[in-house]
Amino acid sequence: MNTKEIISNYTRKEFPESIGKYGNIFLIIGALLSILAFFVDSERATYSSLIGFMFLISIGMGAMFFIALEYITGVVWSVPFRRITEFMTNLLWIAPIFAIPTLLNILYGGHMYHWVHPGEDVILLAKSAYLNEAWFVVRTASILIIVFIFKLYMISNSRKQDTDKDQKYTKRNIIASAPFLAVFAFGISIIAIDFMMSLEPHWFSTIYGVYYFAGTFTASIAVLTLFSVTLNEKGLLIDGITTDHYYSLGGFMFAFTTFWMYIAFSQFMLIWYANMPEETFWFIPRLEGAWGFATLSLLFIKFIIPFGLLINRNSKINPKRLKLASYWLIAAHFYDLYWLIYPTYSKQLSEHGNNFSIFNFWMEISIAVLIIGIILTVMKSSAKNVNLVPVGDPKLERGLNFHI
Amino acid sequence: MNKKLYALTAIFSEPNDIIRAAEKVSSSGYKNFDVNTPYPVHGMDPAMKLKPSKLGYFTITIGLFFASLFTYFIYWVQTLDYGQVIGGKPMFAWPTYVPILFEVAILTGAVLTVKIMIGFFFKFPNNSHPIHDSEYAKITSSDGFGILIESDDPKFDEDEINSMFAELGSKKINKIYFDESEINHKNNPFDYRFIIGLFIIAGITSATVYFNMNVLMYMTPFNWMAEQERGDVFESSDYASFSKLGMTMREPVEGTVARGFMPYTFGKFEKEEAGKALVNPYAADSTNLELGKRKFLTYCSSCHGDNGLGKSRLKGLYPPGPDLTMDLYKGYNDGILYHIITKGGAIMPAHESQITRKERWAIVNYIRIIQNNITAVEEEDTDTEDDDMWGDDEDSEDSDDDMWGDEGDEEDE
Repeated sequence: MNTKEIISNYTRKEFPESIGKYGNIFLIIGALLSILAFFVDSERATYSSLIGFMFLISIGMGAMFFIALEYITGVVWSVPFRRITEFMTNLLWIAPIFAIPTLLNILYGGHMYHWVHPGEDVILLAKSAYLNEAWFVVRTASILIIVFIFKLYMISNSRKQDTDKDQKYTKRNIIASAPFLAVFAFGISIIAIDFMMSLEPHWFSTIYGVYYFAGTFTASIAVLTLFSVTLNEKGLLIDGITTDHYYSLGGFMFAFTTFWMYIAFSQFMLIWYANMPEETFWFIPRLEGAWGFATLSLLFIKFIIPFGLLINRNSKINPKRLKLASYWLIAAHFYDLYWLIYPTYSKQLSEHGNNFSIFNFWMEISIAVLIIGIILTVMKSSAKNVNLVPVGDPKLERGLNFHI
Repeated sequence: MNKKLYALTAIFSEPNDIIRAAEKVSSSGYKNFDVNTPYPVHGMDPAMKLKPSKLGYFTITIGLFFASLFTYFIYWVQTLDYGQVIGGKPMFAWPTYVPILFEVAILTGAVLTVKIMIGFFFKFPNNSHPIHDSEYAKITSSDGFGILIESDDPKFDEDEINSMFAELGSKKINKIYFDESEINHKNNPFDYRFIIGLFIIAGITSATVYFNMNVLMYMTPFNWMAEQERGDVFESSDYASFSKLGMTMREPVEGTVARGFMPYTFGKFEKEEAGKALVNPYAADSTNLELGKRKFLTYCSSCHGDNGLGKSRLKGLYPPGPDLTMDLYKGYNDGILYHIITKGGAIMPAHESQITRKERWAIVNYIRIIQNNITAVEEEDTDTEDDDMWGDDEDSEDSDDDMWGDEGDEEDE
């Protein structure tokens, strides 16, 4: 059977039932534990919901970025997986829920961000033109709304193409991709700077947005790889997906793992070398005491181990190892966000004379469980009544004939 | 000319045809065949049944080897051979070396891979290949896709291959012959033409460099960097034609003494003589001791310790200095101590050039104070034993108090 016949004979298949079942279990357990966390220690639960927000934004925005990249560069190999990427963007609907505790904390004058109470602090007063409650909420909302508009437009174009196979939808999406990439670049930097960097408002790093983007893209490619490989192994996608497609996915994960390390190291080395007190104070709590081990293990978890897992050619085409690397990178991104947020929290606690309790780590675990549940449920529910492969896309045939 | 058959070749005009041809040839069991295309054709590796290349392992081994060698080299330079504290950083400041080591790994890995490829696979200095200068090579490097099956293939059979190529739809089926003596030619490095060629290259290179650096750079408009014409003026670095020694400035007459300066006449090993002759001209008043303390902490304390007890801060990078409060040093008179500071001791370097005379005498006075206050200093020193290597200011502040003989005070600490 040649590729044309394969495409014309495509029949829609359902997501496996088990995904929805496990998704519901994780969702319920995670949601119960997370709500419980708010009653036990609402401040810490707010911080963990911030991780959840940043993580879901990562996956959703990363997926949008990948779609735009595919259209604007005319990539063919990723076309068979584009539907999965489109399902991933639906996580953006859930993400704002996780921002609510943080926004409430800001609006009700909580202690999470000290720029809410600048007091006599000259630096914070000078920054208050940007860092103030109203502008913060407006920024977040407008970025999300613009991204939603692009998301709805581009994905509805892609869906319509399934029925009439018209090339004009591809052209429209190519045109939409270019402004979206600009929105994405600004949006993801602003979200990273607002929600995470301003936890420590005296500190600044011009590379912070890129740092978050590197982790974002690694994690969303890992989620894409995980679903693509799993579904393809079960034969739910389409015939013609070969190890060359796997290799490209693996190559992307490998490349962006290295890119993350490059950015993270650049940030660290410049601050370390310049040795200026207004910059180093962000790293000092992360390098001293128990957090020093956390930083060292971040190096292993986020770079050395996935680098070793993916460097070999065979590991990029072997579905088992590819899935292992995806699980690992998803968890690593969660850990990265934890490392970005929690040492600051711990420092703030110790400034008020409290200790960072290691025994409440179940709050972060519960957010992780909730996120797994959300990802599985959202993927499952958005796959309802939609083809798992964009059969109308004119690039699909070349995508299936893709060879390295 | 002894011509031998190298291979049978077939030319195709479409990339899909060459993929089909490569699949057919490899699946028919031929081993020694090759494909030549003007650009890399996707899907060629599986069509030719090529195994994944092992080159990456080779390159990363070279790269990591040289990166670790360079790590050791940097470590050796920065800590063992000529350790320097730069910008308040540790001597082995690893984060700054990461980019360098990364690039060393890339550079050595890439360059050596190519060099070894040229030497090992291309059999440098032999530079000929049977398909050179053939019609086949010309076509496949511009617009044709060629496949060739070598004559030393175990299954090589001309008729069979011809019919297979025709069946695959090739328009041009040819044979490549080669001259065995040319291909297996061993170049003689002592060939007179080669040697002459080397000399010619060396001559041209030297002449060009000489012309550029000594002629061209002094011609208008390239002479921005050169000294301006100033007539008959001697350059400071030139030899003087009018002087016997060739120097424009002359050495002073032997035994000349600068006005207001008495030279120090004792040699390094004339400690006793110095001790007899020299008398400390400065009284140990508070300004003098303050100076002595400051200079002691700057120049002496790194080896002898902040309190002169031989607690070196150099952590073994240089042998620690002896305890200055030992009876031996108590027995030395001021002149001997002054002499040792000036000319150095067994391994202690001379400090003649960096500490002035007045300061040296002040240090001697200060050492006397330390020697007379051992008990006070010792007790305090055990308290601060675990301090970090740079000592701390508090410590020296306290020893300042002790210095005035107020021995009861240090218990406060």
